[in-house]
Amino acid sequence: MHPALSIIFFTTLSGLGYGLAAVIGVGLVDGASAAGRIGYVLALGLIAGGLLCSTLHLGHPERAWRALTQWRTSWLSREGVLAVITFVPLGLAAIGSVFLAEVWVLPAFLAAVLCLVTVYSTSMIYASLKTVHQWHCGLTSAVFLTFAVSGGLLLAAVLEALTGGGSPTVPMLALIVFGVALVVKVMWWRRAGAEKGPSTIESATGLGPLGLVRLLDRPHTSENYLTREMGFRIARKHSEVLRRLVFLAGFAVPVLALVLALISAQTVAALALVTGVLSHVVGILIERWLFFAEARHAVMLYYGDKTA
Amino acid sequence: MTELPRKTDKKLGLVIDLDICVGCHACVVNCKEWNTGGYGAALSDQNPYGDDPSGTWLNRIHTYEAGEGADTRVVHFPKSCLHCDDAPCVTVCPTGASYKRADDGIVLVDESMCIGCGLCAWACPYGAREMDLAEGVMKKCTLCVDRIYNEAFEEVDRVPACVRTCPANARHFGDLADPTSDVSQMVAARGGIDLMPEQGTKPVNKYLPPRKGTPIGEALPAAHRPGGEDDLSATGFLGWVDDMLSRFG
Repeated sequence: MHPALSIIFFTTLSGLGYGLAAVIGVGLVDGASAAGRIGYVLALGLIAGGLLCSTLHLGHPERAWRALTQWRTSWLSREGVLAVITFVPLGLAAIGSVFLAEVWVLPAFLAAVLCLVTVYSTSMIYASLKTVHQWHCGLTSAVFLTFAVSGGLLLAAVLEALTGGGSPTVPMLALIVFGVALVVKVMWWRRAGAEKGPSTIESATGLGPLGLVRLLDRPHTSENYLTREMGFRIARKHSEVLRRLVFLAGFAVPVLALVLALISAQTVAALALVTGVLSHVVGILIERWLFFAEARHAVMLYYGDKTA
Repeated sequence: MTELPRKTDKKLGLVIDLDICVGCHACVVNCKEWNTGGYGAALSDQNPYGDDPSGTWLNRIHTYEAGEGADTRVVHFPKSCLHCDDAPCVTVCPTGASYKRADDGIVLVDESMCIGCGLCAWACPYGAREMDLAEGVMKKCTLCVDRIYNEAFEEVDRVPACVRTCPANARHFGDLADPTSDVSQMVAARGGIDLMPEQGTKPVNKYLPPRKGTPIGEALPAAHRPGGEDDLSATGFLGWVDDMLSRFG
């Protein structure tokens, strides 16, 4: 699948923002503290920035509001509706925290739950597609959710270190969730490498009874929308190297930073964690890029792929 | 509305005979010709006279080779929207632009509501939907809704453009919900099949598989089979000539 930068930035940024808001919302970071107040502003910025990025993907962004109407059947619509609904309790909690330095428990907690449900619905846009077998599994949602929460915890740890508050709880929890997220992602990669989708070039053409099927001629000699959008394969040969980069930048460096932060003084801790966050964001951007670039779509069976 | 109708009274669709299609691309061209001036936005081309031309097409022909050795077959394979009963492209649409009509089962896009997110094209396993890059909206086969009900046309022309133009008569249009229709009977007689049934889309369009062919060797007259000339024996005057020539050979 074509890795569109708009969607990669959208899922990365909004995932981090929702994760951070959820971490503050459930009270792991004191909403009235400096870290909590800056955290809400940062989370809202990341979410809004991510959503803006997503509209860049549209052919007609001015009609984006229409995407809020078909929540009965469409995960994309559900995600849009949930994103809008989440802004209400999240906005309230942020107002209480930022302007009045008060923790409004109910809206904050409600916002935390809605944040995670929104991330889940984002993941379901991909996980619900039968046509892309690598995406079509529960692990996809697990990846999106664990990445959002681990990133949120890491951001919260940075904010606490920078503002000089907080306890070791957040970095400790972050370490645990990072471990879980890595395990989930490795499982996802294993499944993606091992499993084939149900369709083959024989079932796609219905010519299986004649024997093995080979493509002789494409419809046209040049690329088309389908082969550009669904047949992206430029960087697959680099996927091993890129996966190692995801491990290094997305997990190893942030985990080292978290460990360092737990055992050192505030200045060193802050410095380490800032590095850890920047590295983590780069790692997730590469991970999301691979999520699309490596995904194979069933339609490419018509263009000569043997399995999908 | 992106909820699929529980049942459609008619199931208008195509039956494509893979035994007959000669791969001339006339249906591809006539589809583009009709639909670029018909329903919705024109079907644009990008860089049409340059090195890397591409464009929006609602019907494309692939060519495959199937089988091994002397049994190998070349099959031309036209592909357009299959107007599925369980159309995944419709249910994923966030805006309601995509819909399946309850009366005749045709899957359409209301282009004025389409935001061009492309998710329906991702959801379709058949590659039936293509984003028009000039208009930023999704295009797909309409089964020529602007022809099939058009009373300004003579009866014979009230079929999709691809069907009307096919010089080999490989494409047929009709109601696949009616077991007495020509298309339904064709499907029953020839064992018409669904493409990718495992995707659970329940396509309305059916494909008639190629009939069993004669292996290449057996289809040839004896003299043209591999090594066939050695077995020939002429008689009469030509037999005498053959005999004489063989003595000097």
